[in-house]
Amino acid sequence: MNGKDTKIFGILAQFGDPGELLQAAEKTRDAGYSKFDCYSPFPIHGMDDAMGLRRSPLGYIIAFISFFAVIGGLSLQWYANAIDYPLVISGKPFISYQAYAPVGFGLTVAIAAIFTFVVMLALNGLPRPHHPIFSSSNFEKVTDDGFFIGIESGDSKFDTEKTKEFLSSIGGKNIETINN
Amino acid sequence: MTIDKDTYKLSNPGKAGKMFLVAGAAGAVLSLVGYFSDPEQFFHSYLASFVYWVTFGLGGLFFTMLHHLVNGKWSVVLRRISESFMMTLPYMAVFVIPIILGMNELYHWSVPEVVAEDHLIQKKTGYLNDTFFIIRIIMYFMVWIIFSFLLYRVSLKEDAGYTDNILKSQRKISAIGMILFAFSITYFSFDLMMSLDAHWYSTIYGAYFFGGILLGFLAFISLFSLLLQKNNILSGVISIEHYHDLSRLIFAFVVFWAYIAFSQYFLIWYGNIPEETLWYLHRWEGSWKVFGYIIIFGHFIVPFILLMTRASKRNPVMIKFICIWLLVMHYIDIYWLVLPSLHEHGAHVSWIDFTTFIALGGFFLFFLWRKFSANPLVPVGDPKLDASINFTN
Repeated sequence: MNGKDTKIFGILAQFGDPGELLQAAEKTRDAGYSKFDCYSPFPIHGMDDAMGLRRSPLGYIIAFISFFAVIGGLSLQWYANAIDYPLVISGKPFISYQAYAPVGFGLTVAIAAIFTFVVMLALNGLPRPHHPIFSSSNFEKVTDDGFFIGIESGDSKFDTEKTKEFLSSIGGKNIETINN
Repeated sequence: MTIDKDTYKLSNPGKAGKMFLVAGAAGAVLSLVGYFSDPEQFFHSYLASFVYWVTFGLGGLFFTMLHHLVNGKWSVVLRRISESFMMTLPYMAVFVIPIILGMNELYHWSVPEVVAEDHLIQKKTGYLNDTFFIIRIIMYFMVWIIFSFLLYRVSLKEDAGYTDNILKSQRKISAIGMILFAFSITYFSFDLMMSLDAHWYSTIYGAYFFGGILLGFLAFISLFSLLLQKNNILSGVISIEHYHDLSRLIFAFVVFWAYIAFSQYFLIWYGNIPEETLWYLHRWEGSWKVFGYIIIFGHFIVPFILLMTRASKRNPVMIKFICIWLLVMHYIDIYWLVLPSLHEHGAHVSWIDFTTFIALGGFFLFFLWRKFSANPLVPVGDPKLDASINFTN
């Protein structure tokens, strides 16, 4: 098994302050780990770069969805006003694209907003009612003054003993193994 | 052009200023010839060029006041540039004189014979009359000049040494100035451009003009900084992070401008009242239709699509292209607002359009460069300067 154990979720280590956590994240990234996460009571500026996270694809996904939202919004009005129930409104032609613009715009914004919320949750793997890391009682400090790094067993470089050694070498305290 | 690294002052302003002055003078002479050959065309071309070049000064004034009001950090490195734009207003005020002299050629409501036969304009003479018009124009420029001088004086005082009182007075001046700015630019656009067609009115016209002001200014300041850095001035001070923020603002105001433009059109289209639709009808007739399409696509759709991604907002080549593009579009937009009142049934681009454009542009750039090169290129006394230089998004 090469030191890997499917029962293990990962290794958790605690750090003293946000600065230490940031440096530890950089070292973990440079050591070649990619499946790990940092936990802190508040957002830390520069953490995305320190962890080596790529930019979120959310914007492109929403742009793609919005494109269809525009088409959908406009064709809905076109179908309703010009095909299904043609109605003369203040002498304007049935297909008055000017009148479609506000509703088309509004629908696009609404659909984009809803999908931004939903896709953002999906990309983050949320909602997630339980996480194996909650089994650590030490981890409860994360909502107050605890700063943690958890390297997960799914990482190709993961090795229970070596990862523990690595985490203590970069200054991690209270190192513990988290089971699934 | 060389810059002193410690004081941020230009030790050698170069020949740029002289070149602008020569261009301005040459344009002015040619425009004078234009005045004698076709006065009506001259005054309309002049009005379009004048409004175009004044908008950059107004943008500078707005951006500086906004910076103080929101306690801006990232924009500190751009503040002196925007203040230099704003300080062109006192000089540009002189160039309003030909418009006052040409009132009879430009505005139908100032011709007594026309008013005598026009019932609708008679009802408006309480506002639209020669004396009040001149008083208002003087008032607008007084407001802009007073607030520009106040802000610039405090800013130079800050260079000598920062105290908390300086920050306080900057905010106070900006708070009052911002309110007066909103009123003055709205009525400025009503008087100088909207009253060309005295029957027509649109209450959103001022907001439309404001969208153009800020878009033009943001494009100009980005281009200006990029050109400075091409000559190794302020490199390492203004970084791609600042351009990224400027591009985001440009993107936002492309949308803002389009939103206002569509709102104006949409309500008039819906109401379908002849006295309101006539204005758009003149602008959809003959070759003006081409201008309409250029504005819809060039002023909104093309920059909107090009600036959508993060990568393009951080690409200097793309930013430069968009800025030049938008500066051209800004002129076409103002041309489209002004000139149809002269050529109602189709565009007739005249050589005088170009000479007045070059004349006022040359003088504007001369004043801008003179002001900009005389003092430190960044507000060296601002305590937020380092934070602004090292700013990251």
